[in-house]
Amino acid sequence: MPERAHILICAGAACISAGEESFKSALEKELKEAKIYEEVKIIETGCFGTCDLGPVMVIYPEGIFYIRLKPQDARDIVNEHLLKGRVVERLLVREPELKIFLPTINELPFFKNQVRIALRNVGFIDPLNIEEYIAREGYSALGKVLTEMTPEEVIEEVKKSGLRGRGGAGFPTGIKWELGRKAKGDEKYIICNADEGDPGAFMDRSILEGDPHSVIEGMLIGAYAIGAKKGFVYIRAEYPLAIKRLTYALEQAKSYGLLGENILGTNFSFDIEIRIGAGAFVCGEETALIASVEGKRGMPRPRPPFPVNSGLWNKPTVINNVETWANIPEIILKGADWFSSLGTEKSKGTKVFALAGKINMTGLIEVPMGITLREIVYDIGGGIPEGRKFKAVQIGGPAGGCIPAEYLDTPVDYESITSLGAIMGSGGLIVMDEDNCMVDVAKFFLSFTQDESCGKCVPCRVGTKRMLEILDKITKGDGEIRDLEELEDLANVIKNTSLCGLGKGAPNPVLTTLKYFRDEYIAHIKDKKCPAKSCIALIHYEVIREKCRKCSICFKNCPVGAIFKDYDGTYVINQEKCTKCGICFQICPFKVIKKE
Amino acid sequence: MKKLTIEELKKIREKAQTEIQARSPEGKDRIVVHMGTCGIAAGARETLLAILDEIEKRNLQNVIVTQAGCIGLCEYEPIISVQKVGTPKVLYKYVTPEKARRIIAQHVINGQIVTEDVLSTE
Ligand SMILES: Cc1cc2nc3c(=O)[nH]c(=O)nc-3n(C[C@H](O)[C@H](O)[C@H](O)COP(=O)(O)O)c2cc1C
Ligand code: SF4
Ligand code: SF4
Ligand code: FES
Ligand code: FES
Repeated sequence: MPERAHILICAGAACISAGEESFKSALEKELKEAKIYEEVKIIETGCFGTCDLGPVMVIYPEGIFYIRLKPQDARDIVNEHLLKGRVVERLLVREPELKIFLPTINELPFFKNQVRIALRNVGFIDPLNIEEYIAREGYSALGKVLTEMTPEEVIEEVKKSGLRGRGGAGFPTGIKWELGRKAKGDEKYIICNADEGDPGAFMDRSILEGDPHSVIEGMLIGAYAIGAKKGFVYIRAEYPLAIKRLTYALEQAKSYGLLGENILGTNFSFDIEIRIGAGAFVCGEETALIASVEGKRGMPRPRPPFPVNSGLWNKPTVINNVETWANIPEIILKGADWFSSLGTEKSKGTKVFALAGKINMTGLIEVPMGITLREIVYDIGGGIPEGRKFKAVQIGGPAGGCIPAEYLDTPVDYESITSLGAIMGSGGLIVMDEDNCMVDVAKFFLSFTQDESCGKCVPCRVGTKRMLEILDKITKGDGEIRDLEELEDLANVIKNTSLCGLGKGAPNPVLTTLKYFRDEYIAHIKDKKCPAKSCIALIHYEVIREKCRKCSICFKNCPVGAIFKDYDGTYVINQEKCTKCGICFQICPFKVIKKE
Repeated sequence: MKKLTIEELKKIREKAQTEIQARSPEGKDRIVVHMGTCGIAAGARETLLAILDEIEKRNLQNVIVTQAGCIGLCEYEPIISVQKVGTPKVLYKYVTPEKARRIIAQHVINGQIVTEDVLSTE
């Protein structure tokens, strides 16, 4: 019997940790009890992108989108929705401003404003079932290139599409492939870079978890184009679910004869192996990654020679990012003209971003290039929680930069973002509001890169350390004005003399915050104040004594006994003892403790 | 499993596409079974099962089946509605499994409304 309903439950990493598995078993139990288990089909998919609302699921054919599911919700879903056709309202997304329920997945602004190419199947198919991928035209592009196109024509199509690498640098993919094809060598290699080390980023992981075959197919097409027989996926050990699903997908592809010898009955042969990385950020850099695949220590080396000429075991090697690979089959199937009709003049297609920070809808999105930051933050991300004020977005990961509110209408494309001092990067997008101290933000990213520096070259190893010390001093209130100059000098030296992109990019968060939020640095230095009231050393709490109602609640709750009762019965904070935990500020029922 | 050829890949695709068709309801004919408490009491489940069975037997590709709540016309239950793409929605009354099979053959497949069972037309 054909199933009348398809229940797509998100089994992305975030939803699993939010309890997806116990919900699913409860649902199965209820379906069996209601005797409709045979009439519906349950599919566990990859990430929908709405990870904050997890566990989430969609019931088709209606496309009803349910969120924050708990095992005890299963009964209503079965008895109300699946038996009687009544949508279970309390499990729908609620539009905060409009106070209305948004039942179907297509009505949600979060989904409505996206354009999904790399994520076309993520959250829509069962990643463990190759036939669902095939149903979505999967491996048709492979069939097309093997039977109708020469390798040169494939390269031409990718060049014409305007696709640029999604791993950070934005190098034109077609040109890289052409160089790879022309490079001399008896053997050539293909690598998929799935290291994804940016803090908070999970674009590549989600593609591998939700649609591993799109990456495998992309790599097959790339291998055919450049003439490679062997490929590697380099993925970090911290992504066990992605590794598991990719491993499974590779086995399936092999058993269908889509990997191995004489693929689809042609004389093209290609195989893929997984290489697991230990999760050092620098191993995402292509030369370090190649060293790591070879079994050496993952340290960068100077380029040239570039990997396309001398990469893995000194053979020509084309290395691309997960998202880049996932775009390839669609470009081949729908054509370069279709792809290049999306986006801006120099940035074609779409980009996947991981939205994080002070935004209502955190999660994973794919948007056309050229969309403005404002549209991402407000139309898709639903704006800033609790009506607070937007301050900046940090875009591009640790080598990226902070873009302030006055540039919210900047189109998101490689050139525009770079011209503001940030980078497109691999897709990290963190939203900051008025409570974020920009000096502290710069310090966070710099301490990440400082930590991850492999130590091979001096400017990166020592320079970032020195910068970090200065930032630390400033956030503690011990900064001097000339520190800002020194920060800038150091930043420029590090940018210009570091060996690899890690060092070259490390100063960007500091430089952009110095450029757009210099007054915040100055407030820390001159006034010894943190305008965002976030640097602990620079804030203090005080009872407004005229207004104190003598309730003694703060006194009773201070964990270090820093509050005492004065002669007139009002309470006073002993600044020497206060550890600035903020409890009294939170707890005072009359809100008469001030934070400065 | 033996190696796929391009033709076999195509066959798998066609078969697999019918399996996931419930996920793309756009542009498909729609049968809605009204399954309020009253509908279920009047036998709506049996009707639903007959519809699903008929769809499988006839290998219908372009039809989706959903369920809906009571529409306040309990005395006519089981009620189903049929909406073929581009035509008005038709409500049928007292739809027993046998009538359901006939409605599929006549209306869903051949586009001819089964007039004697019609409750209303939109
Ligand atoms: C420090 C550093 C870390 C990097 N990390 C990644 C990464 O995690 N994933 C990735 O695809 N590219 C990363 N890159 C970029 C790669 O070196 C390389 O440019 C990219 O994989 C090429 O693929 P693409 O052209 O498809 O973007 C990193 C670069 C640097 C300098
Ligand atoms: S820039 Fe930093 S990470 Fe890169 S090689 Fe130098 S020390 Fe290592
Ligand atoms: S901030 Fe914390 S430590 Fe300081 S007075 Fe208030 S409760 Fe006590
Ligand atoms: S993991 Fe479920 S929505 Fe992202
Ligand atoms: S008890 Fe005095 S301000 Fe709260």
